[in-house]
Amino acid sequence: MRDDTSKHRSQKQVEGVGVGTAQVHAAHAEHHELSFVRKYIFSTDHKVIGIQYGITALLFLLFGFTLMMIMRWQLAYPGEPIPLIGALLGPERAPDGVMLPEFYNQLGAMHGTIMVFLGVVPLAVGAFGNYIMPLQIGAVDMAFPKLNMMSYWVYFVGGVTMLVSFFLPGGAANSGWTSYAPLAVIATTGQTAWLLGMVFLITSSLLGSINFITTIIQLRTHGLTFMRLPFFVWAQFVTSFLLLLAFPPLEAAGIMQLMDRLAGTSFFMPSGLVVSGVPLPYTGGGSPLLWQHLFWFLAHPEVYVLILPAMGIVAEIIANNTRKPLWGYKSMVNAAIFLGFMSFIVWAHHMFMTGMGTVISAFFQTTTMIISIPSIIILTAFFLSLWGASIRFTTPMLFALAFLPMFGIGGLTGLPLGLAPPDIHLHDTYYVIGHFHYVVAPGTLMALFAGIYYWYPKVTGRKMNDLLGKIHFWGSFIFLNGVFMPMFIQGLAGVSRRLYDGGAQYAHAQEVLHWNEFISVSAWLLGLAQIPFIINFFWSIKKGKKVEENVWQATTLEWSATTSPPLAHGNFVQIPEVYRGPYEYSVPGAQRDFLPQNERA
Amino acid sequence: MNIPYTSTARPDTGLYNAKVGIWLFLASEVMLFGALFSSYVLLRVGAPSWPHGYEMMNIPLGTVNTIILIGSSVTMVMSWASLMMKQFSKYKLYMGLTILLAVLFLVNKYFEYSAEFHHGRFPRTSTYFAIYYTLTGLHGLHILGGIIVNSYLWGPGSKMWNTDPQRFTNRVEVAGLYWHFVDLVWIFLFPTLYLL
Repeated sequence: MRDDTSKHRSQKQVEGVGVGTAQVHAAHAEHHELSFVRKYIFSTDHKVIGIQYGITALLFLLFGFTLMMIMRWQLAYPGEPIPLIGALLGPERAPDGVMLPEFYNQLGAMHGTIMVFLGVVPLAVGAFGNYIMPLQIGAVDMAFPKLNMMSYWVYFVGGVTMLVSFFLPGGAANSGWTSYAPLAVIATTGQTAWLLGMVFLITSSLLGSINFITTIIQLRTHGLTFMRLPFFVWAQFVTSFLLLLAFPPLEAAGIMQLMDRLAGTSFFMPSGLVVSGVPLPYTGGGSPLLWQHLFWFLAHPEVYVLILPAMGIVAEIIANNTRKPLWGYKSMVNAAIFLGFMSFIVWAHHMFMTGMGTVISAFFQTTTMIISIPSIIILTAFFLSLWGASIRFTTPMLFALAFLPMFGIGGLTGLPLGLAPPDIHLHDTYYVIGHFHYVVAPGTLMALFAGIYYWYPKVTGRKMNDLLGKIHFWGSFIFLNGVFMPMFIQGLAGVSRRLYDGGAQYAHAQEVLHWNEFISVSAWLLGLAQIPFIINFFWSIKKGKKVEENVWQATTLEWSATTSPPLAHGNFVQIPEVYRGPYEYSVPGAQRDFLPQNERA
Repeated sequence: MNIPYTSTARPDTGLYNAKVGIWLFLASEVMLFGALFSSYVLLRVGAPSWPHGYEMMNIPLGTVNTIILIGSSVTMVMSWASLMMKQFSKYKLYMGLTILLAVLFLVNKYFEYSAEFHHGRFPRTSTYFAIYYTLTGLHGLHILGGIIVNSYLWGPGSKMWNTDPQRFTNRVEVAGLYWHFVDLVWIFLFPTLYLL
């Protein structure tokens, strides 16, 4: 039986070679016909779109971080003129260089929005997912290349809408990234731009997620069963389902808030609302709580959209650099699916303080405790994978290793927030900021940097400089902790997260006020620590060390079955067939310490 | 290299790509309208008083529109079935009828809206009218989207019948799945807003 199938396969392979070369020639002919615009701007090639997503998202990350660095000046030295750029901000934002409270609110709202929706998700899903996933499953492209192109350009328009909103009268949105009603309904025009921008971003992620799921279901190559998929692909798969099903309720909520703002309806406006002594011209009868339910129905799964692709990247890098199979691959996959499912029924743990009632609180704190289990399973599997390994401390591995304790701190500090009684004390303090930034910044961002260093040779054929990479790593690692660790201290003391002066007017904040300067200086040094990365990123494109195709000696298809960079059209010279699981490292009896998925026994 | 399974089904899933795509899209649409219906329930339960739909709406006109939409779903299936039987002229007829019925639905909706405006009932009048205009407006946009897609498949897009009939049939099937969904949303909308 077995001989039969292998004979059949080898026959097919021989045919495949012939067809493959013919197709390559055809592809090259087509390749030359493409104009510059179709090749680099309105491209339908998943690799080009992935790079477009990556560069745009990195720029937005830098921009969102800059907003925060400006805010941190006001928190460290309240009321003092901002040096260097203070004069550039203009009198309506910072007269004489001193930041106005209204501008501070804009910076806060837009920092959150930009980092989450325009920075981290597009980088984690749009860039890494687009570039790497089709290569890992042996596909020639995404299932719907035109939708893929549209997804990027809709995202781009959404991003531009958000940026332009800074120049509207009254500035950008200033009601926090959560846009709670009724505050957001009566806010300045920037909020309308925010809502329109979000509609674009939601449309983009909808197109992207349909494409990702269809690609993974339909375009897996021969022999690549679901349980042979690299964990990165699984992470993208679950993430796409979250984006597909969690975003539409926010779109509905966005439409209703637009109706409230533009058509004068009262979806989120309660009866008898009086602002500054003036009754508002709304009929009332709406529910501010409804906005929160719809918003968090998206925004909690969004947390897992931020973390799952990061876990996927870390899984690839850990398996590769420990030269061992991932410990508990099946448990990790099941945990990721369970995590995705559970993430839809924990949202109201963000709302313990709204007075929605103790019964509902009890339900949501139970589900919240349950959802911590799959995260811990995945993290434990990572730690056990390190056990007894002879680890290669490459630059991507350093970042991946740092992800583990950082995400651990972020996750564990979330437990008290998931329980209603301690949350009453900690709600809306700097503790919350510290908690979710540990998940997203020292957690996800470290993993994304790991991914950039790991797959850079795949995209360019050259490695990034290791010395600059290590400087970038240690600088980022130290200063990220310098920024976020003191926030736990401030938060436990009860300092609110939304204070324009960092708490200077509050008696209970005085004891911990001195940390503000420490945090701000750490944030600015963190900014400096990114300079080696930026130099490295551009310098290595032309001057980086040229490396062989499978530079990390990896087993997955993107390394073992194609060139670096892969063929512009069609990815593979010959579509690979898969014979084994994704992480067959150090198999006893094998000649090398890795067996690529497309290598026959 | 071409992307596989654009017109033929993948053996182990039994589906071609666009069919997977449209079902995923419809799943997200369920969440979109689901969120709006949930909001309706929440707002109505929380309101001290809520008007009955049958006191506010023109039920005969709504019933006519319901029949029109169900009819258009039938003609949509017929157009796809005609392609399966290789009868292109019949396809043109049924697809044309589908588009015509959809336009008729919007014309009726236009008369309904203008009557409401005439009576001074605007979205800001009450929460009932707010959700009425939001839900029916969003549904109307979906009808409009369907008209655009179907008109393309009736007109310039139908040239594909000569070059790749299988893929063209698939396109009509996928457009049909969307159209039935839009019809189904109305089947829920009508009793919720007009009868209850």
